[in-house]
Amino acid sequence: MTQAIATGAAPSGARAAQQKRAGARDRLVRRLPLLPALIFAIVVTQIPFLVTLYLSTFGWNALRPGERRFVGLDNYAAVLTDARLRAALLNTVVLTASAVLVSLVLGLGLALLLDRRFPGRGVVRTLLITPFLVMPIAAALLWKHAIYNPTYGLINGLLGGHTDWVSNYPMVAVVATLVWQWTPFMMLILLAGLQSQSEEVLEAARVDGAAPRQVFTRMTLPHLRQYLELGALLGSIYLVQTFDAVFTITQGGPGTATTNLPYEIYLTTFRKFEYGEAAAAGVVVVIGTIIVATFALRVISSLFRMEEGR
Amino acid sequence: MRKLAWTVTAWAVGIIFVFPVLWMVVTGFKQEQDAASNPPTWLFDPTLDQYRQVFGRHITPYLLNSLMASGFSTLLVLVLATPAAYALSMRPVDKWRDALFFFISTKMLPAVAALLPLYLVIKQLGMLDNVWSMVILYTSMNLPLAVWMMRSFLLEVPREIVEAASVDGAGLGLTIRKVIAPIVSPGIAATALICFIFAWNEFFFAVNLTATRSGTAPIFLVGFISSEGLFLARLCAAATLVSLPVLLAGWLAQNKLVRGLSMGAVK
Repeated sequence: MTQAIATGAAPSGARAAQQKRAGARDRLVRRLPLLPALIFAIVVTQIPFLVTLYLSTFGWNALRPGERRFVGLDNYAAVLTDARLRAALLNTVVLTASAVLVSLVLGLGLALLLDRRFPGRGVVRTLLITPFLVMPIAAALLWKHAIYNPTYGLINGLLGGHTDWVSNYPMVAVVATLVWQWTPFMMLILLAGLQSQSEEVLEAARVDGAAPRQVFTRMTLPHLRQYLELGALLGSIYLVQTFDAVFTITQGGPGTATTNLPYEIYLTTFRKFEYGEAAAAGVVVVIGTIIVATFALRVISSLFRMEEGR
Repeated sequence: MRKLAWTVTAWAVGIIFVFPVLWMVVTGFKQEQDAASNPPTWLFDPTLDQYRQVFGRHITPYLLNSLMASGFSTLLVLVLATPAAYALSMRPVDKWRDALFFFISTKMLPAVAALLPLYLVIKQLGMLDNVWSMVILYTSMNLPLAVWMMRSFLLEVPREIVEAASVDGAGLGLTIRKVIAPIVSPGIAATALICFIFAWNEFFFAVNLTATRSGTAPIFLVGFISSEGLFLARLCAAATLVSLPVLLAGWLAQNKLVRGLSMGAVK
């Protein structure tokens, strides 16, 4: 059967080939605008990871030049059994999860507040997004010195007392600063979600006698679900890489109380100069990220289908 | 009555959130002894001394480095991302979906894992402490965001208009210049502002790969990390100064901000 069709098509074979060539040319022309960006992204982001992978198999401390030797998987063994790194992993999870959750909840509150009309709504929105725009290291310094400082900081200045907030509650101090910066981000995404609700459907529910609370839990929250997911996902992508706030407010301390993975790898690379171990830790982080990102991409992908369905 | 309560609550919350920023700006105009007082000083004679000090300590080169790194990387991002977004939306290539997800996956990989090889390569090339290294890194950092965002803007161009233009005999170049560009230019502007914001605020690569010659604005602030209360007012003046361009860019782009931050997923 297949043979028959193939033979039947034979006379127009030359033309098909021509068409195929034209098709190939067309595909190339279509692809051309994409190539510079694609090649740039591959060179700048993928090659360093291959180099990291390669370096992770060497015992290499930059303070002892010439002593670079192949050690196989020893660095991984060192990294995975290192108590500091395990602490850093735990801190990363605690820091990211708490900052994302708290800013998501606060952001939801703010978005609900802004979803109604009131005089000066635009101004209030501008005020609310401002913390997100302050340079992160400037924000971290501001909180460390102007707000948390035990002698002249704003908190003790207003409430009295001499609590050293950063030393006593280091993780809370870092997370609070991040929450202040990221709540506006969550608010913007959730506000867009709230405003994409169909007003007529809500009105119909109200007419049918649904209480405001019911409208919120049965209609608004399910509608917001994908926006909440998107906010949590994007927030995690950014916050898992937190460096500025830790570097500035606590330097990872006291001890390793606030050392997260980015800060720990930074220390291994540029304070201890253990290049091999730093590379192995980097690979471990990448693998962890790939696992998280697979879930993340699924969320984005579902949003994507929704967009196409519209 | 309910509306009044709502208005008052919303304004109160807005002011609470912005208060640390206000405090920063205000403190920048204080003398040091007023800045480090307990209880806090609310009334004082405003002074420009701190700004004079900050400029006296040569913040200008840092600001110029930041302007160069952010400006050129934003330009390069747009040059790379706009055609790519076109090839992923208006005349899509075969595997456009894979390409899109490749771009976003590069955004998810943590910068810290690339730091060491980037440091070694840049050192090998003799490009440490060089603004152009920052331009390249910031371009790769913002490229996925810009591709996704530009794509979402290009998808909004009605296909009929583009087809009508080609039926009327307009070539691709003319169509892009006269039909597509006017529709998407607000989108390009918003994308540019958001890329600029992220590049301007970037700290991790800057602190590890630059030093005195090409240090960017955030690096100027590093000196304040361990300094004690004597310099609080000066710190606030410097922090206000370096945050100002992004505050302006963000306020300008605020209607498109959410779209940029969500990579075009939320309109």
